[in-house]
Amino acid sequence: MNLWNRLMCYCRRRSPWLFHMNAGSCNGCDIELIASLTPRYDAEQLGVRLEGSPRHADILCITGPVTHNSVQAIKTVYGQVCGPKAVVAIGSCPATTNVFIDSRTVDGPLNKHIPVDVFVPGCPPRPDAIILGVAKAAEILANRAALKLPVEPVAMPLVGPGCGDACACAAATAPATVASAPVPAAREAQP
Amino acid sequence: MNLTTALARFLIFPGLLFAVPVAWFFLWVERKAVALMQGRIGPPFMQPVYDFVKLLGKDTPPRSGVAGLLMRMWPLIAVSAAAGAVGLLPVLPSSGGFEGDLILLLALLELPSMCIIAAGFSSRSIFGEIGSAREAVLSVAYNVVFLLAIVSIAASQHTFRLEALAQLPASPLRWLGVLAILVCLPAKLHLNPFSLPNAEQEIYSGPMTEYAGPELAMWELSHGLEWVAATGLVATLAAPHVTFVWLAILLFVALSFAVVLLLSVVAAATARLAIDTTVRFYWQCSLIFAVLAVSSALFMRLLS
Repeated sequence: MNLWNRLMCYCRRRSPWLFHMNAGSCNGCDIELIASLTPRYDAEQLGVRLEGSPRHADILCITGPVTHNSVQAIKTVYGQVCGPKAVVAIGSCPATTNVFIDSRTVDGPLNKHIPVDVFVPGCPPRPDAIILGVAKAAEILANRAALKLPVEPVAMPLVGPGCGDACACAAATAPATVASAPVPAAREAQP
Repeated sequence: MNLTTALARFLIFPGLLFAVPVAWFFLWVERKAVALMQGRIGPPFMQPVYDFVKLLGKDTPPRSGVAGLLMRMWPLIAVSAAAGAVGLLPVLPSSGGFEGDLILLLALLELPSMCIIAAGFSSRSIFGEIGSAREAVLSVAYNVVFLLAIVSIAASQHTFRLEALAQLPASPLRWLGVLAILVCLPAKLHLNPFSLPNAEQEIYSGPMTEYAGPELAMWELSHGLEWVAATGLVATLAAPHVTFVWLAILLFVALSFAVVLLLSVVAAATARLAIDTTVRFYWQCSLIFAVLAVSSALFMRLLS
């Protein structure tokens, strides 16, 4: 990697701008995502900014079990986010459709429709788990853009309080050729 | 001012080479001050640089035709106008300037908001159009006060030359004018009591909704340069005259910094007003204030 690419990679990791999308969520995860920006958790220390427009965003945060009504909207918004981009599925709903499994109004899980990079499980997940997930997504995005890899996710890292060794889990999914660069310190998930 | 000094002032000092790092610093100060006011730690020092570089590396949606060309052009025009406005500020003592450069400065300060209005309409996004309409209404409201304040200062001192204005001793009327300019700055910089055009969470990002990647980076930069130009204008008018070069620069930066801090604290402490309340505020409260300033300036001029 030349100097410009390294600088770009460094900056992409440190400036994840989020767009938050609700795909039929009960609002529990949405509240936790907002809580991660509040004074107690302060995700802005990692450069996180919640953007109003998907055009400005790098990371698409999706909550909810993906209802039939929201599928087309998810695809549209995913297309509106300019590359390089990453997707974080927040909560158990977009990962497994959770308690809504086999519902006739639900068309989940999320990775049936768009490639997902990080799943943050929990019902709802803690704000520190969400911040860790966003930091991992920013790292995945930066490495993928630097190596010009395709958008398809390599694997499904699981990040959250239920997952014991979250960091090791996410590092294992990063491409092996990339030296794992330090992520700005996110507060560790409490058990 | 010949071509060489004009170019040097535009490109080096106090133009782009000096103003861009200061713009990033002011953007950081704004975010940090808001964070501290909210009991947070806030973004790291280099955050505006990270954001700028990251935006440069992002893709832009395909744009075609004249509308696409215009959409690419507006942020560039805004950046060059804001940089030109910074370049006109008489930071250095005896830096030259020309008769009427105050008028050019006002025009250049106004150009970025014109570009924002045009950008919102040419993006053809409904949120962009609402944001542009708000920006247009807002700029009609605050500009009357802003221009009257500047005219009153200039009329009382018999000159439209910035350097001559900066060198004259401060009068109570000038402080009145500076106060009126300070009241207009939150609206000019889209800060919180009057952050109507880019009202986030309300109309997405207003005129910027459709912008992405390098174009958005240019908008951020033009916003930062507007910070430098607008706070620099206040610093120029409020600073006492010093002949020592480094002291003049230091004083300029320190006064601008104080204004940035003041505006950020006001922004963090207030909530967004509705558009009609904002317009009423500028037309009813501040206009009286500005008309008083102009009439007393003219009165002073008749007496002298």
